[in-house]
Amino acid sequence: MNASQSMVFSLVAVGILVCLPLIGVTAGMTSLFGVIIPYAAVVVFFVGIVARVVRWARSPVPFRIPTTCGQQKSFPWIKADNLDNPSDTKGVVLRMILEVLLFRSLFRNTRLEFYDGPKIRYASAKWLWLGAIVFHYSFLVVFLRHLRFFTEPVTPLVTLLESVDGFLEVGLPRLYISGLALLAGVTYLFLRRVSIPQLKYISLPSDYFPLFLIFAITATGLLMRYVFKVDIVGVKELTFGLATFHPVVPKGIGVLFYIHLFLVSVLFAYFPFSKLVHMAGVFLSPTRNLPNNSRMVRHINPWNYPVKVHTYEEYEDEFREKMIEAGLPVEKKE
Amino acid sequence: MATVPKPSELGKVDHRPPQRPWTETTPEFRPGTFCYGAKAKNLDVVGMPNPREWNPADEDWKLPDDWKDITLKGMEDRLNKFRSFKLFMDICVRCGACADKCHYFIGSGDPKNMPVLRAELIRSIYRKYFTGSGKIFSKYAGARALTEQIIKEWFYYYYQCTECRRCSVFCPYGIDTAEITMMGRELLNELGCGIDWIMGPVANCYMNGNHLGIQPHAFKDMIMFFVDEIEAVTGVRVEPTFNRKGAEVLFITPSGDVFADPGTYTLMGYMMLFHEIGLDYTWSTYASEGGNFGLFTSHEMMKRLNAKMYAEAKRLKVKWLLGGECGHMWRVINQYMDTMNGPADFLEVPKSPITGTVFENAKSTKMVHIAEFTADLIRHGKLNLDPSRNDNKIVTFHDSCNPSRAMGFFEEPRYVLKAVCNHFYDMPENTIREKTFCCGSGSGLNTDEFMEMRMRGGLPRANAVRYVHEKYGVNMLACICAIDRAVLPPLMNYWVPGVNVTGLHELVGNALVMKGEKKRTTDLRYEPLPGMEEEEEAEDV
Ligand code: SF4
Ligand code: SF4
Repeated sequence: MNASQSMVFSLVAVGILVCLPLIGVTAGMTSLFGVIIPYAAVVVFFVGIVARVVRWARSPVPFRIPTTCGQQKSFPWIKADNLDNPSDTKGVVLRMILEVLLFRSLFRNTRLEFYDGPKIRYASAKWLWLGAIVFHYSFLVVFLRHLRFFTEPVTPLVTLLESVDGFLEVGLPRLYISGLALLAGVTYLFLRRVSIPQLKYISLPSDYFPLFLIFAITATGLLMRYVFKVDIVGVKELTFGLATFHPVVPKGIGVLFYIHLFLVSVLFAYFPFSKLVHMAGVFLSPTRNLPNNSRMVRHINPWNYPVKVHTYEEYEDEFREKMIEAGLPVEKKE
Repeated sequence: MATVPKPSELGKVDHRPPQRPWTETTPEFRPGTFCYGAKAKNLDVVGMPNPREWNPADEDWKLPDDWKDITLKGMEDRLNKFRSFKLFMDICVRCGACADKCHYFIGSGDPKNMPVLRAELIRSIYRKYFTGSGKIFSKYAGARALTEQIIKEWFYYYYQCTECRRCSVFCPYGIDTAEITMMGRELLNELGCGIDWIMGPVANCYMNGNHLGIQPHAFKDMIMFFVDEIEAVTGVRVEPTFNRKGAEVLFITPSGDVFADPGTYTLMGYMMLFHEIGLDYTWSTYASEGGNFGLFTSHEMMKRLNAKMYAEAKRLKVKWLLGGECGHMWRVINQYMDTMNGPADFLEVPKSPITGTVFENAKSTKMVHIAEFTADLIRHGKLNLDPSRNDNKIVTFHDSCNPSRAMGFFEEPRYVLKAVCNHFYDMPENTIREKTFCCGSGSGLNTDEFMEMRMRGGLPRANAVRYVHEKYGVNMLACICAIDRAVLPPLMNYWVPGVNVTGLHELVGNALVMKGEKKRTTDLRYEPLPGMEEEEEAEDV
């Protein structure tokens, strides 16, 4: 499949997903889209993620294969880089924290510049890192802000987050930075994917689909908040009902809300079966989450099995005479 | 054998991908871009599957009838044995951060040499047969059916990856394409589709103890030849021993050091050093290979070949092991040996008999890297060094992939270098240490029929050397790897003429002032020492 086919396919898929609740809710299937599907999606999400992690965990880590990105621990007088080349658990934990929270490896990124001659240079390229940070953190903030819909009274954390997020104090309702940042982030990731030829070349429908889906989720969310108001009291009634397992479906919530909710449900359900599982997988990566201490502490391979070797005895049997002649010591003289 | 195009031609690389999607392109087996197939006789020696005469350029690869089952079963087996493999199949987001980090992509522009696509070659098969979405949505989920053509594609691209792990440094999830290449090669080997440049050394090493198949008496002869050479240069006669029981240390280095220059000068450096400090050590003709081409074949083969080190240490009743300058050998020792063939509880924690330093960092494997050992000697002032003897060498250091990214071995060799030569300049930051560029010929791809790809893959390394060559007049590229010593000279000749290649301990040997040495006028290569040019000429007359 070429790039445009992949994009069209994903776009159509998201388009269909938008239409489903549009048709369904108009036809009165509010419980299906307001209760059943969201519940099902959350179940699929949790069961799916756990199943996925268990599936990974069932495969052992036979060898300790960290990618070492700094000086090893050797002598006291050589400064070891316990962060990029950890030799103990503390270092590993720190390395993982920075990897997961700050995308440290991505921060190393450079861009190839190839000139005639040939001459090669590696330019600094932090945009991907920045884009990823903006995307993931704004997503996190938006996600946390939504806890407002599932708690009563609203937890102070969320209120705090809202006041920080809306610090610009413009507009009514107050403008949240995170929503726009998320839209910008997802747009950047998309534009990057289509404008860098190599990246476009490697992209699959499953790379475009989540971008379009998240774009649609963000867009419907923003529309609801700033443009086409939905019945916010009704929405909270519905979401709080979901959270407390007393689902109710109030009348008169706009269909836009159901579209938003449905797309979010799809994202949840899609998550464990897609590349989005990198969120869980990064914690298990053996090139990052192991110390480089296998010369100090023996690593055990659970399936280590005996192998056929060519023994010294066999070797000497073959070469004994030549060895004796050359004055090399042998085990057996005959 | 194909001739390699001129640098000016090879240097024109187009990195823009073609129109046709990668799922629809097939590799062209053009001379210079692939290695010869594994020969039946070598497969037979080690009992590997499907020995036959075949040529990768042929249409018919003579795969076994059930090649598809073998491959899929092999994949399943490895998915269950290696979390790395399973995880790396699932979590790549195709962000492309790794894409332009691979030296083969930089030098060839072939999109399938982007680490991410290299991995997708097998990932697409994984999706098809091992994931629900791939089974249902097939190509819409990025899945492909396994065909013979794909086996050929694997062969082409998994033998265009040097398992250097550079991509893994930049990947936000640490996805290590080298690990995937290792799996790919294991699968290919199950069909008898390895390359002979790997399988030959594997077979030789298995039977004779070293890659070149040097027999015990010849091994001794070769070393004794260099004993004479050392005497000629220094007037000191060193006295190595072989297969000697009860020595304190068993020394193992890649057989390349014994066989071909400039590695041989490094070998001379080792022996001079050991003699000077009076180290009680022995060579072994049975474990006469530090390198391990099993690493490039399969985990099992790696273990089978590596077993000799501990077995011989046990038989000879030595206290600990000392390892020479080699790249992939040290990946095996650091990340695999103890797990595979340990515990080495019959050995003692290594302790330098000269300085008393206990090598705590090697307390389980009981194997010390010679650069660690020498750095410790220098640190304790145990060596009498005259770095000015290397003054005509303006040196830079090539961090070999394996000691860099599978060990973190950066400061020890630099510490030694700075003690034995006065002119040392590092290459630019993006091209050294953990970001070092491969020589372009690692992981068993150092064969002549692969020369075009080797020159392409080595381009980023050469480009960085050229930078310091032009800026500081660097004329010597130092390294701690036997494959490097063999492959960097042609690479330099091709891209940066005027730069020679040396091992670290060759420079140590030059600088080492030995007790009872004669007035030295030449270095280990019989080239005049700085300031001795005239005396040398006078002698020649
Ligand atoms: S950097 Fe990692 S996640 Fe990104 S494309 Fe490469 S392998 Fe995939
Ligand atoms: S391991 Fe090295 S050669 Fe292989 S894909 Fe990664 S960067 Fe390229």
